[in-house]
Amino acid sequence: MSLEAILDNLDEFFKAFGYTLFLFLVTAVASLILGTILVAMRVGPIAVLRVLGSVYVTLVRNTPLVLIFIFFHFAAPIIGINFKWVQVHIGTFDFTSAFATAFVALSLYTACFVCEGLRSGVNAVPMGQAEAARAIGLPFLGVMREVILPQAVRASVPPVASALIAMLKNTSVAGVFFLAEATATMRGLTNDYSSQRIGIFLCFAVGYIVLVEIVSMISLALERRWRIA
Amino acid sequence: MELHGVQKWYGDLHVLQDIDLTVTRGEVVVVIGPSGSGKSTLCRTINRLETVDEGQILVDGKELPQEGKALAAHRADVGMVFQSFNLFAHKTILENVTLGPIKVRKMPKADAEALAKDLLERVGVAHQAAKYPAQLSGGQQQRVAIARALAMEPKVMLFDEPTSALDPEMIKEVLDVMVRLAQRGMTMIVVTHEMGFARTAANRVVFMADGQIVETADPESFFTNPQSDRAKDFLGKILKH
Repeated sequence: MSLEAILDNLDEFFKAFGYTLFLFLVTAVASLILGTILVAMRVGPIAVLRVLGSVYVTLVRNTPLVLIFIFFHFAAPIIGINFKWVQVHIGTFDFTSAFATAFVALSLYTACFVCEGLRSGVNAVPMGQAEAARAIGLPFLGVMREVILPQAVRASVPPVASALIAMLKNTSVAGVFFLAEATATMRGLTNDYSSQRIGIFLCFAVGYIVLVEIVSMISLALERRWRIA
Repeated sequence: MELHGVQKWYGDLHVLQDIDLTVTRGEVVVVIGPSGSGKSTLCRTINRLETVDEGQILVDGKELPQEGKALAAHRADVGMVFQSFNLFAHKTILENVTLGPIKVRKMPKADAEALAKDLLERVGVAHQAAKYPAQLSGGQQQRVAIARALAMEPKVMLFDEPTSALDPEMIKEVLDVMVRLAQRGMTMIVVTHEMGFARTAANRVVFMADGQIVETADPESFFTNPQSDRAKDFLGKILKH
């Protein structure tokens, strides 16, 4: 097995995973924030927000990710939503419309799974904790921020980590939609070096495994650190 | 504090039937009765952890707020102690007591901590301040819960079966704290099965059965000369041992 294809294109290999990693990081932050807002809506006291939260989760979670990408690439521009104005250049990385669209589609999608992971954590917090927090006079947001979410977050580290790991691999969908991330680059290389397909494939597989393992290890470390005394 | 004609249903079950009860400042009222008689529910309606379907609950002549900021402010003035302690599991003992004063009363952190240490001293768990609730015994946790409620300087304290989840030897340490609190003139509504506490600390005993207040009397006459058959039956069962 020859690895020339990778060794001759190491910069391209690392740049591809650079896009994957960047996309993962910004999407993780956005989906964690949006997921937290969604879960507050879903468990909150305001009926309208509860309904809106559930409708959003049901609608977006039940739609295949590729469809959401297709929507933002081909349908949304028709109704005036596009990301052509995004032009950020950091070093050799270009963050343009393809990156921004992938970021939006992935964040909106992943937020549903983050929300549901957090909700399982909220459900794991005993009812008495919320009652005690209300009994000392905390308003709803105070109850959530001071008592429920800190405990819910601990209980939801495993499901939220799973959602983020799934999202990390879902960044490969962006490869189909014009972003030169890992999977798109792999396809390019296997086309150019058709005799070395197995080696190229294995190298990219190892790249994904390393990234996912890092996320798993962070998740395990958080689980240990936040274990309730 | 006054309750007028309070009614509550759980589906078909009429858990609170036409409850009238007035508690004056400094009074200690003990609510007793068999399981499922509605006494815990009654206690929880007073800070609206349970809503009522009909009737009025007045505190200082004002009707209990329905929701929002006014309700939160009302709850801040009403201390609540639960059967299962419900200390915040992710916060230390000290943080459990300072949370309300800091976040609700907007007290500076240093003042809140001084207040909390003082209260923890009073309930005898000051040396545990840096630990987490799970590291304490049930009796210690319940005394911390009392300190947490007292830190809000409540006008009235509600106790919902505060000793029912405790081992016998821990019951006394909690009751001692409650007796001292009663002696200091705190207004208290105590749902309990501890007849000894009712005898020593209560100004009035309210006996509930099947969602109704069956009998109200001072402790001495209630225990020695109950009027209703329901109360006689209940006392006969529990005082036999």
